Amino acid sequence: MKSSTQFRIGLSVLALLHLAVLVPGFFAPYDPAEQDRSLSFAPPTAIHFKAHDGSWRLRPFIYSVTATNDGDYAEQSGPEYPLRFFVRAAPFRLFGIIPCATHLIGVDAQAKFLLIGADRYGRDQFSRLLYGGQISLFAGLLAAALSLSLGAILGIVAGFYGKWIDDGLMRLAELFLALPWLYLLFAVRAFLPLTVSTTTTFFLVVIIIGLVGWVRPARLVRGIVLSAKERKYVLAARGFGASNLYLLRRHIVPETYSVLLTQATLLVPQFILAEVTLSFLGLGIAEPVPSWGNMLSSLQQYHVLVSYWWMFLPGLALAVVFLGYFSVADALEKHVQSASS
Amino acid sequence: MRDLSWFWRLTVPLCLSVQAIAAPPPQPIQRGEQVLLTDNDPGKYGGRIVLALRTEPESLNPLTALDQPSRDVLGRMMADLIHINAVSQQTQPALAESWKASKDGLHYTLKLRRGLRFSDGHPMSADDVLFTFQALLDEKVNSSQRDLLIIGGKPIAVRKIDDFTVAFDLPRPYAAAERLFDGMQILPRHLLENSYRQGTLPQTWTLTTPASQIAGMGPFRLKEYVPGQKLVLERNPYYWKADRRHQRLPYLDELVFIFVPSEDAQVLRFAGGETDMITRLSADNFKALQKDAASRGFQLFDLGPGLDYNFLFFNLNSTVPKDAADVARHQEWFRNPLFRQAVSAAIDRAAIVRLVFHGRGTPLWSSTTPANKLWLDSALPQPPRSVEHAKQLLHDAGFSWSAEGALLDRSGAAVEFSILTSASNAQRSQMSTLIQDDLKQLGMKVQAVPMEFKSVLDRVFQTHDYDAAILALGGGDVDPNSQINVWMSNGSSHVWELGESKPATAWEEQIDSLMNQQLTTLDFKRRKQLYDRVQEIAAQQLPIVCLASPNVLVGARQSIANLEPAILDHYTLWNAEQLYIK
Repeated sequence: MKSSTQFRIGLSVLALLHLAVLVPGFFAPYDPAEQDRSLSFAPPTAIHFKAHDGSWRLRPFIYSVTATNDGDYAEQSGPEYPLRFFVRAAPFRLFGIIPCATHLIGVDAQAKFLLIGADRYGRDQFSRLLYGGQISLFAGLLAAALSLSLGAILGIVAGFYGKWIDDGLMRLAELFLALPWLYLLFAVRAFLPLTVSTTTTFFLVVIIIGLVGWVRPARLVRGIVLSAKERKYVLAARGFGASNLYLLRRHIVPETYSVLLTQATLLVPQFILAEVTLSFLGLGIAEPVPSWGNMLSSLQQYHVLVSYWWMFLPGLALAVVFLGYFSVADALEKHVQSASS
Repeated sequence: MRDLSWFWRLTVPLCLSVQAIAAPPPQPIQRGEQVLLTDNDPGKYGGRIVLALRTEPESLNPLTALDQPSRDVLGRMMADLIHINAVSQQTQPALAESWKASKDGLHYTLKLRRGLRFSDGHPMSADDVLFTFQALLDEKVNSSQRDLLIIGGKPIAVRKIDDFTVAFDLPRPYAAAERLFDGMQILPRHLLENSYRQGTLPQTWTLTTPASQIAGMGPFRLKEYVPGQKLVLERNPYYWKADRRHQRLPYLDELVFIFVPSEDAQVLRFAGGETDMITRLSADNFKALQKDAASRGFQLFDLGPGLDYNFLFFNLNSTVPKDAADVARHQEWFRNPLFRQAVSAAIDRAAIVRLVFHGRGTPLWSSTTPANKLWLDSALPQPPRSVEHAKQLLHDAGFSWSAEGALLDRSGAAVEFSILTSASNAQRSQMSTLIQDDLKQLGMKVQAVPMEFKSVLDRVFQTHDYDAAILALGGGDVDPNSQINVWMSNGSSHVWELGESKPATAWEEQIDSLMNQQLTTLDFKRRKQLYDRVQEIAAQQLPIVCLASPNVLVGARQSIANLEPAILDHYTLWNAEQLYIK
C-alpha cells in the first residue's frame, strides 16, 4: 500500500474513533452504568430485516430477548422494535457541559438494543466501550505524551551533553527501572484518601504511568543522539561555528523522530492495559465507571473465554485503534525518512 | 541400518518401571490391633490422585500451621482422637474408640485404640496424647489451637490413667466439648520430644524436613517435596482403618499436591486432565466446566449451600484515625440501626445469587447458612427487597431527599460513602457493584473501592480507616462456638468494632452474655434457644448485613470411587482413605 493511502486510512479511522469517544453520549444508546439485571451476559442483539412470518421489512428491527432456564437467552416471537435514529433517551451532557438527550440510534424502551452484548450486570457493552474509550484513549495518549516528552528531553540532554550529566541521568534511569513499583504504589494508595474521584484517578493514572514509562524511550533517544552527534556533517557544522541549540534543532533531534513515533505506538496500548494493574491496587478507574482496562480485565477469566464470546469485542476495538496508530506511525516514519534522504 | 530393537527391549521396561508407583504395601492387620472397620464399598489398591493447591504449604507442623494449603495436606497425614464426620456433622470415634463424660460435664474419659502405630511403625499410646496436649497448651509453642483449650481463663487438664486411657478435666462445663478434639492432631512423642525440650518445636517439621522424620496417624505420609512443583504423600502402611473385607486402608498409593496459583489455571489443569479433583470452584467456572463434563470424563457436584457467608458491614469502631474525619462523620449514619436496616432492606440479595453465583447460592439474612441444619433459626424473618420500606426507615431516622433525589442527613449533608472490597476476589467486587446500584435508588452515593486484600485487612483490622467493607467468614464447624470470635465484643473477628474492652452497646452486651451462657449450657435445646436469640438480635441490629452464601462446588474424575463430597472441610478428601480408582 502506498504510504499516503495508509496514512489517510489510519488517520480517518483514528479520527472517527476519537470523535465517537469524545461525544460518547450521542453515539451510545444507553447510560454506561445502567444495570438491567434480567439481561446478565445477554448476547449481541440480532438485527433483522426478515420477520418471523417470512415477510421483509425495509427498516431493520429487533426482537426483545428473555432468559431461558439454563441461563441462555431466547428471542421472543413477539413485537418488532424498529431501530430508530436520533431518538430521545437517557439524558447526558455533551462534552460534559451541554445537557442533551438525543442519541444516534435506539429502540423503544420495552426492548434493549445491545450491539455487542451485555456484561454481567446487563449493562450495554457498546455504551461502555464508548464511554470507557474516553478515559482509556486519552489517558493512554496523555501518559504516552508525558513519558515520551520526558524521555526525549532527558535522553537528548544526556546524549548530547554527556559527561556527568549523562552519568547522572542514566543512573537515575536505572534507579527508576530497579524501583519496586508495586510496593511504591501500595504506599501511594495508603497516602491517598479512601475515596478518590474519577477525575483525580484519571490524572493519577496518567501521571503514574507516564512517570514509570520514561526510561525506555530516554535510553533509546540517548543512543541515537550519541551516534548522531559524532556524524561528520554534525562535526562539520560545529566546525563552522554552529551553536549547540542549532545543532540539536537542525541535525540531532530530527534523527530521533522515528524512534519516538514507534515508541508512541507501542506505549499507548501498553499504557491502556497498565490501568488494569492500577485498578487492582485500588488506583485505577473504579466501578461503575467504564474504562477499557476494567472491561478487558474481565476477559482474563476462563469462564468468560469459553462462555461469552462477545465479551471479546471490546478487545477487537482496541486492536482497530492500535492498527490505526501503527499505520499512521508507519506512514509518518516513511515520510520522515524519505524527507531526510 | 542397524537393528535397534535390543535398545528398545532394554529401555522400554526400564522406563515403565520408573513410571510405576513404588508405595509401601499395606501391613497385614496384627492380632489385638483395634482397627476401625469402615462401611464403604471395598475397593482395590493402587493409583494416585493429583490435585492442585493455590500456594505451597507454609509448614508441616500441625501446631503452628495456619494456612489452608498446610491444613489440606496435614489433614491427610494426621489424625485426631474424636472426629467430626463431614457428612453427618456429628462426632465419631477416631483414635479414641469410645469416650465418656461425667454427669456434670467436667470430666471426659477417652479410651484409645490398642495396637496402633504411627506411619513410621512406632506404636502409639497415651503418652503421645499427653505429649500432644502438653505441646498444645504450652504458651511457648504458641499453637493456634491453644485458645480452644482455655475455658474461662483456665486450661483443660490432661491425665493419663493407663497406657490406653486418658482423662480430661474441664475447669467448667463446656458445651459440645467432644467437638473440641476434632482437629487436635496427635503427634509422635518419639520424634518430637527432643525438639520440644530444646524449645524448637514450633520450628520443626518444615517442608524440607526429611520424610523419615515426620510421622502421623493419618492415612498418608510424606514421600517427597519438590520446591515450586509438588508435594507427594504415600500410603501409611500402618493406618488404623480397614474395610469390611479387612483390607487395610487407604487404597490409593499416592496423593499428589501440585501448586497452581490461580483458580483459572486450576480449572484449565482440571479440564485438561492434569488434576483429578478440584475444590472451591466458582459458579462461573462451574458453569463453564459443565458444558463438556461428560465428554471429558469428570463429574461436577453442587453440594448446596456451604458454611461461608458474605456480608457487608459498617465501620463502628470508636477509634478511627485522626486524619479520617470523613469516616468519623459518616459513622453518625452507620451507628443508627435504622440506617443499617434501610441498607439491608434495599439490597437485592436475589440478584446477587443470580448474577454473581448463577443461581448456585442462597440469599442470607443471618450468618447461619441453610447448610447448618442443627443451628439454623428458621423463625428468623427473611424480608424481601423493598426500596419503599428502606426509604420509610430512612425517613424515620430523620433523613430527607434533595430535589435531584440525593439522600441528605439531618444537617443537610449528602450521604456518600465507600465500600471496600478485595480486588482479588471477583465475587465480592461484583457484590459491591450490585449494592452500589441498589443503594443509588435510596439516593446514596456509594463508591466501590477495590483494594489488594492485605490492604483491606489492614484497614479493617488495624487502622480502621474505611466506611464499609464486604468480607466473608465461614465456620470450619457448624457449632456456634466456632463463631464465638465474631459475636463476642472482645472477639478477634468482631469486625465492625475491634479491640473493645467492654461492649459498646446494650445489644452487644446482651449478645456477649448469651454467647457465654450457651458456652456452658450442656442441653442442646436450651443452647439452641440462646443462639437463636443471638441471631435475632443480630438480624435486628445488623452489625453485619449478611448477603449470600455460595454453594460448595467441586469436581472430580468419574474414575474415582467412594467419593462423597461434603460441605465441611476438606470437601473431597475428607475420606481420602476410602477413595480408590475404578
